[in-house]
Amino acid sequence: MIETTTAETLFGKALNWTITTAMETDPNVFVIGEDIGQFGGAFGITKGLVEKFGKPRVLDTPISEAGLVGVGVGAAMMGMRPIVEIQFSDFLVNAMDQIVNQAAKVHFMFGGNVNVPIVIRTPFGGGVGLAAQHSQSLEAWFYHVPGLKVVAPSTPDDARGLLFASIDDPNPVIFFEHKLLYSVKGPMNESIERIPLGKAVVRRPGTDATVVSYSFAMHRTLEAAEKLAAKGIDLEVIDLRTLYPLDIETVIASVERTGRLAVCHEAVIRGGIGGDIIAQVCSSRTFSKLKGPVLRIGAKESPVPYSPPLESYVLPSAEHIESELQTWLK
Amino acid sequence: MKTDLLLERFKMMLLMRRFDETVDRLYAAGKLYGTIHLYIGQEAVGAGICGELQPGDVIASTHRGHGHNVAMGSDPGAMMAELLGRATGLCHGFGGSMHIADQKLGNLGANGIVGGGVPLATGAALSFKIRELPHVAVSFMGDGAPNEGCVHESLNIAAIWKLPIVFVIENNQYGMSAPVKDTYAIERLSERAAAYGMPGESVDGQDIFKVAEAARRAIDRARSGAGPTLLEMVTYRYKGHSRNDPARYRPSGELDAWKARDPIEILRARLLQDGVSEARLAQITAEADAAIAAAVAFGEAGPFPDPKDVLPKVYA
Repeated sequence: MIETTTAETLFGKALNWTITTAMETDPNVFVIGEDIGQFGGAFGITKGLVEKFGKPRVLDTPISEAGLVGVGVGAAMMGMRPIVEIQFSDFLVNAMDQIVNQAAKVHFMFGGNVNVPIVIRTPFGGGVGLAAQHSQSLEAWFYHVPGLKVVAPSTPDDARGLLFASIDDPNPVIFFEHKLLYSVKGPMNESIERIPLGKAVVRRPGTDATVVSYSFAMHRTLEAAEKLAAKGIDLEVIDLRTLYPLDIETVIASVERTGRLAVCHEAVIRGGIGGDIIAQVCSSRTFSKLKGPVLRIGAKESPVPYSPPLESYVLPSAEHIESELQTWLK
Repeated sequence: MKTDLLLERFKMMLLMRRFDETVDRLYAAGKLYGTIHLYIGQEAVGAGICGELQPGDVIASTHRGHGHNVAMGSDPGAMMAELLGRATGLCHGFGGSMHIADQKLGNLGANGIVGGGVPLATGAALSFKIRELPHVAVSFMGDGAPNEGCVHESLNIAAIWKLPIVFVIENNQYGMSAPVKDTYAIERLSERAAAYGMPGESVDGQDIFKVAEAARRAIDRARSGAGPTLLEMVTYRYKGHSRNDPARYRPSGELDAWKARDPIEILRARLLQDGVSEARLAQITAEADAAIAAAVAFGEAGPFPDPKDVLPKVYA
C-alpha cells in the first residue's frame, strides 16, 4: 500500500504535480508546447517545469501546432513519452493530420510494429468570454477516430490519476481539460497510483433517472441534481471520466436500476458523444427497461458567441440543465 | 568510395529497380491490390543517402517508398509479401505499398500523406537530442511536400533547435501531374533553406557520387550538433505518379533525355572505368534478379492475414 497524503488541491495544480512527478520518474517524459516554458503555459499548468528540468525536456515551440504535435508523434515512435500542450483545443484543428492520419494510424498501419505513447493535453470549453474560436468542445471528433483514446476528467484527483495512466498508455491520448476546471478545488492523493482509463464513476447515487456527463458539465449536472433533490427528484449522476474507452457497462447497470437515461455535455448535441451513449444503451437489452424517452442536453447548435447573455444562452448552465431534466421527468 | 563499396551500391540500386519493375509487372498482371508509386529513375538518391547512414540513424519515407526501404537493407521478400497483402509482410498486410516500413532497420515508414512524415522525422531527431544519442534522422519528401504547412513548421523547428536531421527533397519534376515550375516561383527548391537559416544545396540526383558527397556533408553537420541541412535532389521518375498513370502531361522526349543519364548506368560506367569487369557486373545483376525472383516466390507463398487480427491491432 502506497503511503499517501490527501490535500485540497486545485485541478490545475494537480496536473502540474502529476507532470512534475512523471518527469522525475521517467527520463522519457518531456513536455512541448507554446509558451509552456518560463511563461508556464497559458493556464499556468507547466509552471516551474523549465526551471526544474531545463531544456530540452521542456520545450517552448513556435506557433506551429501541426509541427509540434508531429514532432511529439515522431519522438513517441522512438519510445519517448511526450506530453504535448495545445494551448486551446480549437487549435487541435491545425494539427488534425498529425493526430488523425499519423498518431492514430501509425501503430495499426505498420502492423503493430511501433507504438505512439503521446499525450495531447488541451483546454477546451466556454464560459469565460473567449468567443467562437477559443471556446469549442470538439471531443466527439476524436472519439470518432479508432486508434485514439479520449480522456476528460472533472476532479483534481481524477486529473492526477488519469494523466498518469494516459502517460503510461502506449496509445495516443487526447486529454481534455475544461478551462473552468482549473480553479476547481478538491481532494488529491499525492500518490502515483493510476486511475485506469475507461472506468466511469457514480458521483451521485439516485433512483429516478440516470444522467451521464463528464468534465465541467458534470459539475453543473450535479448542481442541477441537488436542486432537483429538494423538489423530490432523485437523480443518479455518472461521470464518464474517459470518453474512449467508454465505460458503457456502468451506464447500463445504472439504467437497469433507474429506467431512465439522460446525457449532458457542453458540446453541441448534434453528433455528440451523448447520442452515441444513448444509441449503445438503446441497442442493448436494457432498452426494454426504459420507461420513457431519453434526453440529450448540450449546447445550442451554434458557435459560441461573445457577449455574456449570448454565451450563457448557447451553453448549458446548471439552471438550463435543471429545467430540461425537470420538464423531461414530468 | 572504394570499389567494393561502389559494388554494394550498384547492387542496392539494381535491387531497388528490379523490385519496382517487378511490382509494376505484378500490378499489370492483376496480382497487386490498391496502388503503387514507383521509384524507378530515382535510385541514386535513396542509395546515395541511406548508404551514408550509421546503425541507429533513422529515415522517414514517402508514399514513393519502396526504394528507401530497400536502401535501408530491408528484406525484399518481406516487402513483396506486404505489397501482396500477406501476413508474412513487414506490416503483416496492414499497410501495403504506401506504408512500407522497417523500423528495426531504422525506416520509420512510408507515409500516405504528402509531407506527413517530415514532422515525424523531426521528432525522431528531437529524441536523439533529448537522449544525447549520436544519431541522425533523414526526412525524405517529394517536391510536393515543401508546399505543405507542416513541412515549413518542421524545418523551422529543426533549425531553431539545431536538431540532427537532414531534409531531402526528391524533386522528380512532378507533384502527381503538376510540373514543379507551376508550383514554385523559385528555380532551386534548396533556396528555401535560407528562410530557415540552414544551409541548402541542390544536387544532381542521378549521380550517386554527388548525392553521397552532399549527404556526407549534411549528415556530418547534423551529427556534429550544428543542425539541419536542406538538400534538393534533382531527379526524375520514369513512370507515372501511381498505378496506370501514363504521364501524358510530360512533353515528348523528356523521359528519353533523363534516361540518357540513368543513375544505374552512370555508376556502371564508373565501375567499368575503374577496371571492374563486365562479367563481375553481370554476376551482380544476376544476383539481384535472383533475389527479386525469390522475393516474389516468398511473397506469393505467404498466407493472407486473418480478419480476426484486425481489431486487436487498433490499439497497442
